[in-house]
Amino acid sequence: MVHTFEALGLKLALDVGSGALHQLDGIAYDALNPDPAERARLLSRYPTEEGAAIAAELDELRKSGALDAPDDYDASLLSEPGVVKAMCLHAAHDCNLSCRYCFAREGTYSDPSRSRMPVEVGKAALDWLIAKSGSRRALEADFFGGEPLLNLPAVMEIVAYGRKRERETGKRFSFTITTNALGLTDSAIRFINDEMDNCVLSLDGRREVHDRMRPDAGGRGSYDRALDGALRLVGGRGDKSYYARGTFTAFNLDFTNDALALADAGFAHVSVEPVVAFGDEPYALRPEHLPRILEEYDTLAAAYVQRRREGRPFSFFHFNVDLENGPCLRKRLTGCGAGNEYVAVTPEGKLYPCHQFVGREGWEIGDATTGAFDADAQRLFANNHVLNKPDCRACWAKYFCSGGCCANALAMNGRLDKPYELGCATQRKRLELALAIAAMDY
Amino acid sequence: MESIRTPHIHTINRASLRESLEHGGCGECQASCQSACKTSCTVANQQCKRQERRSPETKRGAAV
Repeated sequence: MVHTFEALGLKLALDVGSGALHQLDGIAYDALNPDPAERARLLSRYPTEEGAAIAAELDELRKSGALDAPDDYDASLLSEPGVVKAMCLHAAHDCNLSCRYCFAREGTYSDPSRSRMPVEVGKAALDWLIAKSGSRRALEADFFGGEPLLNLPAVMEIVAYGRKRERETGKRFSFTITTNALGLTDSAIRFINDEMDNCVLSLDGRREVHDRMRPDAGGRGSYDRALDGALRLVGGRGDKSYYARGTFTAFNLDFTNDALALADAGFAHVSVEPVVAFGDEPYALRPEHLPRILEEYDTLAAAYVQRRREGRPFSFFHFNVDLENGPCLRKRLTGCGAGNEYVAVTPEGKLYPCHQFVGREGWEIGDATTGAFDADAQRLFANNHVLNKPDCRACWAKYFCSGGCCANALAMNGRLDKPYELGCATQRKRLELALAIAAMDY
Repeated sequence: MESIRTPHIHTINRASLRESLEHGGCGECQASCQSACKTSCTVANQQCKRQERRSPETKRGAAV
């Protein structure tokens, strides 16, 4: 399968089976038109010898395995499930903001007690992860919420315990944290910058956009407080990884302005994500928004490239594609590993396939405090790879997105293996732009 | 990796997914949802930890 497309003024062809990316001139682009009749019509405009020359070039690529390479990979490549190597630790089902779009219902996950993870539960979770990790050395634990800084003393103790267990077991924990930045005291910043391999700072971009959706419990905007904390953290972070991460909704479909606002505020690493909302909320993204969203990604990509040309670049999460050192095929088939290699842990130690499943009835799959783990559920998620998703078979992006987010699929379509089409369409658009941006570097 | 140019086609990368079966599958790479998004699933913008260790000086494309 070959996907031809135009982005940022470039004509490109992605060979799905090999992963090779080709930049084409006009005749080469026409020669790869997927419609045979249209292809013949287009090529008839060129001299015969040029048509023959391009046919020879394409044949050489086919012989070398970089064009029309087979993409009939099969599931026998995948290892048997059993290992778990990453977890999302819900440090607090509580939050000091009342974000209108929060998929976790103001951070509580419908937990009326607004519970916080006791240190002993966090320690048990890390021990459980070590025990389930087999021969994997690199383990991950992301502190999430709610707002994890509301339970910072416990987070600090859990991390210290993880470091002790590293020394005892030879494992290596990559700790990360996602925070709304309101609780970033100097000591919290020092701790995060010392211990967290990545820090995701939730900021929506422009002040008015942020404050509209991210008020505190009293209805006051949180932009100024969040920005202050986030900038102080980034200022002391050196070259360690972080992202200023915004959410766009139907209210700010011009989200390029929010990405640029984050860059202008002083953040070098930016991500702006579509809101997770499937009801009839006024901020939810709906199919009729799709053309506008796709157009906006074009606008964002053009601004991104312009900033690079002007010598003031920033990185945008979805425009980063590593063409040479990217993930192997097995990783591309299995994706995020939710429910298989990755789980979420509630403050009480209950296990769910990922953070977006927490609180959904029927999806509790174990308990880190007792060691109980539903092996059948793990197998269900392990088998939910891209090769088993009928809608993905003919999609050129299948080895980039791995079949998409199964939590979104379940929420939108009622099944794990039927991807959320709006998410697919935006993903394909971002990938085309990311590939074009990568091509510009060569 | 050198890109390859012919009169009409510039092959940006010849990275072969099939070849990655030879060295891949160690599972030491990051779970994709642990990165920045937490709301979608993109593996393409991740790096292979094994390749990264092998040739850090040749990294291109990431974190542009």
